Amino acid sequence: MEVTQVLFNAQSIDGTVRKNAEESLKQFQEQNLPGFLLSLSGELANEEKPIETRKLAGLILKNALDAKEQHRKFELVQRWLSLDATAKSQIKACLLQTLSSPVFDAHSTTSQVIAKVAGIELPQKQWPELIGSLLFNVHQIPAYAKQATLETLGYLCEEVSPDVIDQDQVNKILTAVVQGMSASEGNIDVRLAATRALYNALGFAQANFSNDMERDYIMRVVCEATLSPEVRIRQAAFECLVSISSTYYEKLTPYIQDIFNITSKAVREDEEPVALQAIEFWSSICDEEIDILEEYGGEFTGDSDVPCFYFIKKALPALVPMLLETLLKQEEDQDQDEGAWNIAMAGGTCLGLVAQTVGDDIVPLVVPFVEENITKPDWRQREAATYAFGSILDGPSPENLIPLVNVALTFMLSALTKDPNSHVKDTTAWALGRIFEFLLGSAVDLPIITQANCQQIVTVLLQSMKDTPNVAEKACGALYFLAQGYEGEGEPSPLTPFFQEIAQSLLTVTHREDVGDSRLRTAAYETLNEVVRCSTVETAPLVLQLVAVIMMELHNTLESQKLSSEEREKQSELQGLLCGCLQVIIQKLGSSETTKYAFMQYADQIMGLFLRVFACRSATVHEEAMLAIGALAYATGADFAKYMPEFYRYLEMGLQNFEEYQVCAVTVGVVGDISRALEEKIVPYCDGIMTQLLKNLSSNQLHRSVKPPIFSCFGDIALAVGEYFEKYLMWAMSALQSAADLSTHIAGDDELVEYTNSLRNGILEAYSGIFQGFKNSPKTQLLITYAPHILQFLDGIYMEKDMDDMVMKTAIGVLGDLADTLGNHASSMIQQSVSSKDFLNECLSSEDLLVKESAQWAKLAISRAISV
Amino acid sequence: MAPHDIRRPFKRAAISDQQKRRELSLLRQAQNRRDAQQQARCLASSILSLQSAAPESQPEQSDTEIETVPESEQESEAFSKDLDVRQASKLRGPEVRKWFARQLMLPEWMIDVPDRLAQDWYVFARPAGKRCFVVSSNGTTVSRQRNGSILHHFPSALPAGAKIRDGSGSAQSYCILDCIFHELDQTYYVIDMVCWNGYSLYDCTAEFRFYWLNSKLEESGACNAPSHYHKFRFSAVPVYNCDSSGLYSAYTGVVPYAKDGLLFYNKHALYQTGNTPLALVWKDENCSQYVIDTDGKGEIPSQQQVVLELQDDRKLVTSDDPPVLFGCLDGDIIEKMGSLRRLI
Repeated sequence: MEVTQVLFNAQSIDGTVRKNAEESLKQFQEQNLPGFLLSLSGELANEEKPIETRKLAGLILKNALDAKEQHRKFELVQRWLSLDATAKSQIKACLLQTLSSPVFDAHSTTSQVIAKVAGIELPQKQWPELIGSLLFNVHQIPAYAKQATLETLGYLCEEVSPDVIDQDQVNKILTAVVQGMSASEGNIDVRLAATRALYNALGFAQANFSNDMERDYIMRVVCEATLSPEVRIRQAAFECLVSISSTYYEKLTPYIQDIFNITSKAVREDEEPVALQAIEFWSSICDEEIDILEEYGGEFTGDSDVPCFYFIKKALPALVPMLLETLLKQEEDQDQDEGAWNIAMAGGTCLGLVAQTVGDDIVPLVVPFVEENITKPDWRQREAATYAFGSILDGPSPENLIPLVNVALTFMLSALTKDPNSHVKDTTAWALGRIFEFLLGSAVDLPIITQANCQQIVTVLLQSMKDTPNVAEKACGALYFLAQGYEGEGEPSPLTPFFQEIAQSLLTVTHREDVGDSRLRTAAYETLNEVVRCSTVETAPLVLQLVAVIMMELHNTLESQKLSSEEREKQSELQGLLCGCLQVIIQKLGSSETTKYAFMQYADQIMGLFLRVFACRSATVHEEAMLAIGALAYATGADFAKYMPEFYRYLEMGLQNFEEYQVCAVTVGVVGDISRALEEKIVPYCDGIMTQLLKNLSSNQLHRSVKPPIFSCFGDIALAVGEYFEKYLMWAMSALQSAADLSTHIAGDDELVEYTNSLRNGILEAYSGIFQGFKNSPKTQLLITYAPHILQFLDGIYMEKDMDDMVMKTAIGVLGDLADTLGNHASSMIQQSVSSKDFLNECLSSEDLLVKESAQWAKLAISRAISV
Repeated sequence: MAPHDIRRPFKRAAISDQQKRRELSLLRQAQNRRDAQQQARCLASSILSLQSAAPESQPEQSDTEIETVPESEQESEAFSKDLDVRQASKLRGPEVRKWFARQLMLPEWMIDVPDRLAQDWYVFARPAGKRCFVVSSNGTTVSRQRNGSILHHFPSALPAGAKIRDGSGSAQSYCILDCIFHELDQTYYVIDMVCWNGYSLYDCTAEFRFYWLNSKLEESGACNAPSHYHKFRFSAVPVYNCDSSGLYSAYTGVVPYAKDGLLFYNKHALYQTGNTPLALVWKDENCSQYVIDTDGKGEIPSQQQVVLELQDDRKLVTSDDPPVLFGCLDGDIIEKMGSLRRLI
C-alpha cells in the first residue's frame, strides 16, 4: 500500500476522496496492525516525504496508543503490548531516528509518540535503553535535536509515574534538563524546551529537593530563567515556581525572600502572561497554607504533617500593597466577557485568598485603600476599592468586619443604584453578596440586617435585577445569599413579608429579552430555589402557588416544535432549570405533612410533565427531571406505584446511560427513593432493575463513582422487598463478595483511599439492607453461608486501619444487623471475630456520635444473639 | 507543551446550585435510608425480644440470668409498649395523658435488705421534685407528670428535641427519659433512660441503661447550660454500687439538688412499668426533707395527715410515692360507703 498517497488523500478537501482514504487506512489497520504502524513510523521518519503526511502519520500513531476514555485506553495498551516484538523495536528505532529530524513538525510529533510508547512500556520494564539514548541525544550538536529530545523528556515525565524510573536515571534526566535551562545555553528554543520539561519533571525530583546542594542549584537556575530576555522562558520559569510552591512548599524557606523580589518585579513590570504566573505563585502558597491551617484547626495529627511556615503572614506588609495595585488595572468590559482573565482579576482573587490565610491581619492593610479610593471620580478607583473590600470578607472575624460593614452598607446600596459605571455596580452587587454569604447566620450575634434596612436592601436588589445582565446576575447572587442567611432559623425571617415580591421579580427576570446570552436566567432560577428552600411556614401557601406557575413554564417549553439543534439545547437547559426548581419545591412542600397534603393535588400533572420532558429526547434522560422524580416519589409514597408502568422505561434508560454517568448515578439514587416509597410494590420491576444494576457493576465502561451507590441500592431494594430478594441473593452476594475482596486492601493515593471507602460503604449498606430485609423471614438461614465472609470482610477492613468514620459506622452497624438477623446461629462465629471485640470497643469509644450509636446498636444485638 | 491554564473562578459562587441540588438529594436519600434502616432495627429488636421469651429458648439460659429474665408475659408487654411509643407520640388530649400515666416504673418501699445488695444493686440519692417522663420527638420536647399532664413544652438538646439548622433529626428519632424536675435549679435530673434516639431500652438491664444514660446524655449536649435551643438543663445523678462506701456516699454525699430519699435499682432488672420490687426507695430524716409534713413556715404541725386510697381490689393504701398498703376492707364497709371510692 502506498501510504503517502493515502495520507495525502485523508487530508483532501474533497469529502469523497477523504472518506475513501480514511476507509482504506482503517482496513489496513484492521488487517495488518504491525504492518500499518510500521509503515506509519517509516513515513514519519522519511526525510523525503512531505511534511503533511509525516505529521498525520505521527498523529495516527499517537492515537493508536492512547485514548481519553479509560476502557479504550486500556484496550490500546493491551494491543500494543501484545504486538510482535520485532515490529515494535523497528517502530521504536524509526521514532528515535526521527527525533533528530530538522523538520519541526516531524520531531515535535515524534516526541509525543515516544512518550506514549514509554508510558506503556516503562511500567512493564520494557524499552530500558530509551532514557539512555535520549540522554545521549541531548549532547548532540544540532540544536533542534536537543530541543526535540528535551521535549520528549518533558512529555515522558508527564506520561509515566515517578516510581517507574529509578533514581539514577532521574538524576541524569534532571541534570540534562537543568543544564538545558541554564543561562549558558545559547539557543532560546532549547532553553524554553528545557524549562517546560522541568515543569513536568518536578514530580520526579523528590530526592533531589531533599538534598540542599541539588535543590539550591535547581532553584537558582529556575530563578535565573525568570529573568531571561525571552518572555516565553520567563513565563515557563514562573510556571515551574508555581508548581514548586505546591509540590515543595516545605522546602521554600531559604528562597522565599528572593522569590518575593522576583515576583513583585514581574507583577509590576513584566508582560501580562508572566505577571499572571507571578501572582499565581502567591495564590498557590495561600492554597497550601489554608490547607495546612485547616488541618491544624481539625487537630489532625498525622506523621507526615507539613508545618505552616506563615510565608503569607510574613510577606503581608509588602504583598498586600502589591496586590492592591493590580486591582487598578481592570480592563473595560471584563464583566461582560466570560473568558476574561487579567492581572486585576488574578490580583483580586489572590487578595481574597490572602484574607482567608491570615484573617484579621489583612483588615488594617486594606481599609485605608478602600477609604481613599471609594469616592474617587475615576471608576477604576471606586471599583478597585469595592473589590478590595469584598475580597476581605471571607477570613477575618465577624466581630472585626461587622462594624465596617455597618458603616459601608448604606454607601454600597446607594452605589448599586446610583453609580454611573456598570463595572462598579457589578462589583458592588458581588460584594453585597459576599457580606450576606459570610456574615449572616445564627453564629453571629451582631445584626447587619435589621427591620429598618431590610426593606431597603430588598428594594435595591430587586431594582438592580432590571440593570444590565451582568449586574442583574450579581444582584440575584446577592439575594441568594441573603435568603441563605435565614435558612432553617425557625424564627420568622425578615424576608417573609417580601416573598411574593421577590418571587415575582425573579420570574420577571427569567422572561427578560436579553436573558439568553448570559448566566442571568440560571442565576434567577437558582435564587428562586434558594428563596424557596429558606422560606418559612408562613409563606408555604405562596410556595404552593409557585407550583402552578413553574408547571406552566415547563408546559410551554414542551409546546415548541421543530427546533434547530441549538434551540433544542436551549430548550433542554431551560427544562433543566424548571425541573430543578420543581424538585426544590417538591422537597420543600414534601417535608411537612400539612404542605405535602396540599401539594399532592398537583402530583399527577407534574409527573405527566416530567414524562413529557423525558419523551423530548430519544436516547438520554434528563438528569434534573430524574432528580425531581426522586423527590416526588419520596413525597408520594406508595401511591407512586401508579406512575411506574409509564415511568419504568425511562428509569431503565437512565440506568443504561454510561456516557453521562451523572445521569446514571442520579437514576440509581432514584431507584432507592422508589424502593422506599413502594416497598413490596416494587417487586414487579425488580427483575429489570436488578438485571441492569448487575450488568452495570460488571461493566468497565461505567464510571467507577457509580458503583458504590449501586451497592447501596441493593440494600434499599432488599429492605423494601424482604425475602423476595432471595431471587437475586446469589448474584448480589457474589458481586458484593468480589467487590469486598477488592476493597479490603487499598494501595494508592488519597483519591483511591476515598473511593475505596465509598465502595466499602456501599457494600456494607447492601449487607445491612439484606440482613434487615430477611429479618423474621423463614429464609433467614440462606444468609448463614455468607456470614463468615462478611465477618472476615469486617475484620479485614478493621485491620487495615484506613476506614473513615462513615465506613466505621456502617460496618459496625452490619455487625449488629448480622447478629440481629442470624441470632444464635451466628453467635460463635461472631464471638470469634475481631470485629465483635476490638473493633466494637473502638467504635463504642468513638468521638463520632453516629459511629457510637451504631456500635451501641451492635452491642445490644450481639448481647442478645449470644445470650439466647 | 503549552502554558498551563491558571484561571481561577472570579466573582462566582464556589458551588453551583445544580451541584447543591444533587448534594441535597443525596443527603435526603442518605437520611431516608438511615431512617428506613433504623426503623427496621427498632422493629426487629422488639420482635427479637418477643421471640427470645418464647418457651423453647428458655432452657438455654444460664442460671444467673434466669432469675432476672422476666416471664414471657411481661416480655410481650414490653414489646407492645415498645411499639406503642411511636403511636403514643401521635396521641392527643386525654388519651396521651392516660397513656403516659401508666408508663413510669415505680419503686416499692424498702422494708428489708435484699439478698446480694452489694453485688446486684445500685443506689443513688433521689432528687426532690416532680417525677416526669420527658419525651423528645419531631423537634420538640415535652415533659409529662405522673398524671399525664404536661409540665413543660420546650426545645432541648436531646436527639429530635429541637428544630435545629441542619435538620438532621430523623423522623423515627425520639427519646423517653424518666426524670425528676428540680424546681430550685430548674434542672431535669434523669434517673432512668427508657428510649434513646429511637432505640428502645425497655428490655435492657438497669446496668446497661445507666451506662447508656451516662454516655449518651453527656454527649448530646443536654447537660449544657440552657440556651435558645435548649431551655432546661439536664443532669444525670451520681449512681453508686450498693457496697458500704457507695451507700455512705449516696446517703451523706453532697449533691446539687435537695434529696428525697435513696433509690435502689437492681442491676439486672428491665424497665418495668408500675410498681416493682426490683426498685426500692428508702427515706429517713437524714436523706429526705419529706419524711414529715411541714407547714408553709417549715414547722411541723401538731397533727400529721395521711391521704388514703381505696383501690378496686379493696386494698387500702397511702397515696405516697410509693404507696404503703394498710390492709384490706371487707365488703360491708364498702357497701356502706356506696359509690364513694375515696376516703379522705
